[in-house]
Amino acid sequence: MTDIISPLPGIFYRKPGPDKEPYAEVGDRIEAGQTVGVVEIMKQFSEVRSDVSGTLESFAIEDSGTVNPGDVIATVTEG
Amino acid sequence: MTVEKLLVANRGEIAVRIIRAARELGIRTVLAASEPDEGSYAAQLADEVHIIGPAPAGKSYLNAEAVLAAASATGCDSLHPGYGFLSENAGFARAVTDRGLTWIGPSADAIELMGNKSRARQAARAAGVPTLRGSDGALTTDSDILGIAEKVGFPLVVKASAGGGGRGIRLVTAAPDLLSTVEIAQAEAQAAFGDSTVYLEQFVHRARHVEVQIIGDGVQVIHLGDRDCSLQRRQQKIVEEAPAPGLPDNVRSTILASSIELGRQCHYSGLGTVEFLYNPDTQEAAFIEMNTRLQVEHPVTEMITGLDLIREQILVARDGALRLTQEDVRFSGHAFEFRINAEDPENGFMPSPGTLERLQWPGGPGVRIDSGVVAGSAVAPFYDSLLAKLIVWDSSRDQAMARSAGALGEVLISGVKTTLPLLKAVLARSEVAAVEHHSKFIETTPDLLGASA
Repeated sequence: MTDIISPLPGIFYRKPGPDKEPYAEVGDRIEAGQTVGVVEIMKQFSEVRSDVSGTLESFAIEDSGTVNPGDVIATVTEG
Repeated sequence: MTVEKLLVANRGEIAVRIIRAARELGIRTVLAASEPDEGSYAAQLADEVHIIGPAPAGKSYLNAEAVLAAASATGCDSLHPGYGFLSENAGFARAVTDRGLTWIGPSADAIELMGNKSRARQAARAAGVPTLRGSDGALTTDSDILGIAEKVGFPLVVKASAGGGGRGIRLVTAAPDLLSTVEIAQAEAQAAFGDSTVYLEQFVHRARHVEVQIIGDGVQVIHLGDRDCSLQRRQQKIVEEAPAPGLPDNVRSTILASSIELGRQCHYSGLGTVEFLYNPDTQEAAFIEMNTRLQVEHPVTEMITGLDLIREQILVARDGALRLTQEDVRFSGHAFEFRINAEDPENGFMPSPGTLERLQWPGGPGVRIDSGVVAGSAVAPFYDSLLAKLIVWDSSRDQAMARSAGALGEVLISGVKTTLPLLKAVLARSEVAAVEHHSKFIETTPDLLGASA
């Protein structure tokens, strides 16, 4: 299990826009470097990526939830 | 209309500014605040605070229902939207007036007209405002796009009708790229603004951004002079000044008179700003868009006119009539505004939230601070990075630059990174002193962007 950590404080979004599909769903196969969401800080958006390849196990933060640096955003089971 | 108890539907420095203007008129204020803003400086100054929702702006400051409910719950008879958030949302303006509240701003119809940039361009042309060569309104499925483009000439820009403020613009340098770029721009506009219509406009290289402040009551419209806002980064203004420097007399009189005429033809009420691109090479100014709200840079106009623009804005909304004539507006000296943002110039201008530890402001004649923060304030990661504005007036542009340099040097802020180093570097440039700057000057001058270039 590997945690995806938020490097920034702000608001976490699972989708690139209100009417768009989420970057990834729980259970999806994801590759190292893949984007699983964005954190908005003062109107600027930073992508949040997985460092490892594997299965997206769970999200610890809901869509539009607030995050602090170091917070776990999601968990990936490597493999 | 009555304005006895005002809902301030905004935050930060502009909320503070509106509360002060209202207080001086004997108007009680209620601040509509998000949960993290409950302890803000604006909240301390307001007579009451009403929480409208959690941190994300979509659930608080942009939540029209929550803002309207706050006005009802606190017995407000009026609402000031400030800038940004819901200030240029015609549907919201309509909802406010439908509830019998006084909306401190222009009519919803005027907001709607000017919010559609291709219709605004047509309205400007009809009023005799000089416009750039471009398509006559939005492109349609029947438009001869290539034919129109040939008339406009390359390079040109494809602009989203629902864009504005530098958003929804794509540059096309040659005909072969045109049709594909129009398609992409239409798709982007649909995704970003929910309106896919685009129009074509001539591209002006190295233009200055010049604008005219107007105020009207639906019948009478006057101007409060012009401003230059060419010093921008990523389409965001950083330093503004009034009056616009290096503007030939005939250009100035054309933009002032035609801005008033545009206001008259739209039966404009309240404050508005008509924005122009000025091409120093051809000495021509052309309309780009109109902002139907108070602007961030309004203080430079206040400094050279001695007027309180928000006071006049509230009074014209309350009384339905301007109390000023054009002859009442007198201009004196020169003013600059510097936007101090919580961003890190050494890290690509990444936002820099945190808690303000020390905060020391400059003083002396002609020096003004419009701030939304005090020492100990939290700078939350949820909103715009603007902390405060330093505004400096002096009798001439050169003196105002000298006074600004001294004032910027006195500012001490710790706890978050700020854009102060960039502001000081910009002010020290000989190009700015010589009025050789333009709207891409900062982005094309590596020395100014330090490590981020």
